[in-house]
Amino acid sequence: MTSPAYAAAPPSMTAATARAPYRRTELLLLIPAVAVGALAYAQVDLNRTGTLPQDYWGWLAAVVLAIVLAHVSLQRLAPWSDQVLMPTVVALNGLGLALIYRLDLAAIIDAVGAEESPRGLAAVDQVLWTWLGVGLFVLVLVVVREPRWLQRFTYTAMLLGVLLIVLPLMPRFGVTINGARIWVRFAGLSFQPAEIAKLVLIVFFAGYLVVKRDVLSLARSRVLGIDFPRGRDLGPILGVWAVSVGVLVFERDLGTSVLFFGVFVAMLYVATERVGWLVIGGLLAVVGLGLGYLLFGHVRTRFEIWLDPFADPSGSGYQSVQALFGMADGGILGSGIAQGHPDLVPYANSDFISASLGELLGLTGFMAMLVLYAIVVARGISISLAARDPFGRLLAFGLAFVLGLQVFVVIGGVTNLIPLTGLTTPFLSAGGSSLVANWALIALLLRISDSSRRPVVIPVALDQAETQVFRR
Amino acid sequence: MTITVRRMALIVGALFLCLLIQANRIQVVKADALNDRAGNTRAIIDDYGQQRGSIIVGGQQVARSVDTGNTRLRYERRYGSGPKYAPATGFYSIVYGATGIERQENALLSGDDPRLIGTQLEALISGGSRQGASVRLTLDAAAQKAAWDGIKQYNGAVVAIEPATGRILALASSPSYDPNPLSSNDPAQNRAAWERLTADPKEPLLNRPLAATYPPGSVFKVVTTAAALSSGQYTTETEIPAPAVLDLPGTTADLPNYNKQACFGGQVTLEQALQISCNTAFANVGLTLGDDILREQAELFGFNRSFDVPMTSATSVFPSDLNAPQTAQAAIGQFDVRATALQIAMVGAALANGGLVMNPYLVDEVLAPDLSVLSLSQPSEFGRAVSPEIAQEITDMLVNVVENGTGRPAQIPGVLVAGKTGTAQTAEGRAPHAWFLSYSPADNPTVAVAVVVENGGNLGSEATGGRLAAPIAKAVMEAILR
Repeated sequence: MTSPAYAAAPPSMTAATARAPYRRTELLLLIPAVAVGALAYAQVDLNRTGTLPQDYWGWLAAVVLAIVLAHVSLQRLAPWSDQVLMPTVVALNGLGLALIYRLDLAAIIDAVGAEESPRGLAAVDQVLWTWLGVGLFVLVLVVVREPRWLQRFTYTAMLLGVLLIVLPLMPRFGVTINGARIWVRFAGLSFQPAEIAKLVLIVFFAGYLVVKRDVLSLARSRVLGIDFPRGRDLGPILGVWAVSVGVLVFERDLGTSVLFFGVFVAMLYVATERVGWLVIGGLLAVVGLGLGYLLFGHVRTRFEIWLDPFADPSGSGYQSVQALFGMADGGILGSGIAQGHPDLVPYANSDFISASLGELLGLTGFMAMLVLYAIVVARGISISLAARDPFGRLLAFGLAFVLGLQVFVVIGGVTNLIPLTGLTTPFLSAGGSSLVANWALIALLLRISDSSRRPVVIPVALDQAETQVFRR
Repeated sequence: MTITVRRMALIVGALFLCLLIQANRIQVVKADALNDRAGNTRAIIDDYGQQRGSIIVGGQQVARSVDTGNTRLRYERRYGSGPKYAPATGFYSIVYGATGIERQENALLSGDDPRLIGTQLEALISGGSRQGASVRLTLDAAAQKAAWDGIKQYNGAVVAIEPATGRILALASSPSYDPNPLSSNDPAQNRAAWERLTADPKEPLLNRPLAATYPPGSVFKVVTTAAALSSGQYTTETEIPAPAVLDLPGTTADLPNYNKQACFGGQVTLEQALQISCNTAFANVGLTLGDDILREQAELFGFNRSFDVPMTSATSVFPSDLNAPQTAQAAIGQFDVRATALQIAMVGAALANGGLVMNPYLVDEVLAPDLSVLSLSQPSEFGRAVSPEIAQEITDMLVNVVENGTGRPAQIPGVLVAGKTGTAQTAEGRAPHAWFLSYSPADNPTVAVAVVVENGGNLGSEATGGRLAAPIAKAVMEAILR
């Protein structure tokens, strides 16, 4: 275990910083990553009108500038960190921007000759949110110099997380959109606090579980070869379960509810190495979903659509059915980004953006998207495995897992593999909260990566450095 | 913790694998089934997104797709002279599907036909839009106009055929309908038009010349004459008993002549019987020949089967297992004998073509989007109905009908016209159907026409084929001969 004295030392004080390698791999990977989005963006109009989109180079420069900022920040603030993660996220973010622009265009063309004028471009908002996301990314890197620094705020994080979750229920702030009360309107901007709460709560889970894991792994009874915990230790999991069920009941947000509970159970299992927790978590999840099914029409409807989306193809099943039609129409190679009819699917640029991608870019593009997500999750997992301390390891695991789980829950819902839940598709969906929170998530992962890969040196004054440098 | 992190990583990997499999199921395995599923508007939008080929008569597009500029349903079908051509074009509805040529030639019109693969590949490479092929019909614009103008004041049908080829020159149905509202891109308009048309007791959507069968009445005597001459038991000069009323054997019912009088004093030749359409004489011929000989002759003309023109016609019927009174009735086109106007036109066309029946057809040629001819229809023989000699004898007799008999209203100055009237009894108390079968010029026929006016039109029970139907047939023939 590294001694706190080394870990707490700011990077600028170590001799290693000066000799930090140039992040050449990242720079090289950024070229194709930017090209994916840039070419897709160009193609939207080239295919239709033969000319580049209006102000193409301006918008491209705006996005590239943000990416350069992210790259330079990493070079200065976390030079030793993983070099694949950021380019992968840039590819997804850029592809999302191109798709959102494509769907904007469909809305504008449809509005021609119609009474109402076209609404504002969601793509413009998304560029601004990308900037804010990169801004928060840099801010996290600046503020969090060592992952373990976060451990101090374990219970602060709990309070903040719970506060963020209940914020939409406050009468002054909360707004109900499409039946779910998960939005906060503040100074004219809508925000989903659950996206930030996701990060904050994972910090809390990691800090809490690192301290309590010895107690929580005590076995009480053994059933079928699985050790089960003592009854009095069930408190925390029941608490998180209660909050998750609360989210489902009061905010009608099945996706977030599943996500919070799922990531907690996974982290609990990872921390304690007790399969019993997975069993208990699974049972509690079944009870929670069962209660939701029995008590709430909207949960029941989701299950019924899942079992047979074609039972009411023009009513409750419309969205799912249109998504399936769209993906089937796209086939293996897709309709082409400027072709097809992705706008037939409601929420094509947010919850259902993966169906739009499947239609426009085909199975090929869809699988490429899944591979990009798999790379992000796999890099997150390896950052977790390489982490030097248990807190960093658990935190990195939680961050990587929550991203993977979210991708599975939302894309599984869109493809009717599991019941549909309202969640955003990380980095692709139009929507600021999600994009900003996920950029921050990547910043935390990179911070952990940097701290574990940074060569450890004894901070000595140069004039006294007559002997050797110690490395571990 | 390392082991548990790795295990959870495997679980996430398994979840991603499920997503990959599910995407493959949707986009490859079940893709075709989903694409073909009813209610998949994408297929409709794709169809409406490209210019559908035109339906052409002469040099005129009677059905064409116009660019509305709408993004969802870009092209809309328009019919310039809707009701006149509706029996041929049909409609192309987003709600009710397509009928007529729109349905039969959909693969070509929409551009999905394999024959169009070359031009479609070109469009794909050059980035142009896909276009359907156009279909040129055999219809003659002038003949169609004459047919429609003549029949539109009645309920009925007109069919004209080119005898040597089987090309359908006119195809009119009345009452007709306007295909435009049914083919509008606005489903509400489709539904409103559909509700109105299907509620109309006159059945305007019924394609009468092809899909409606009527008792043919006296025009069927032409078939009976052909059977008599072909059997060898009769010549044109054979004397036949022709009383005012024929007592049908084994029944209490009688078979009277139209004017309740004996024909020419009760004894006529076959030629005279046809000239004045003598019921009792032909009933006697039928009784002598028997129902089998009549049926065989009828089937040689095309009865008891349907034709794909390409729309499938209704089957004209000469019933089987008739007893003597039924045979006598059938010989004058009554009892359960039923015929489409198409079938009666085919009888005329066969006699005009030396006894050879040609398969009737409506599509002349298919034009690629660049107007090159993709395919040209070839006439095909259905079979021989009568020998050329007998065809000539019957033609001479039918010329006599128009010159001296019931067919006088069809006379065209300077042209030999062959024709036969028909007045077919329908239900008790309802006016009979008025028929006319004709072709001309009799010495070298270029057109055969059948006209049926349902329930005698506005002349009521006094109607005869000669007074109502013959002038329409005459106008159609004049349009062709002019």
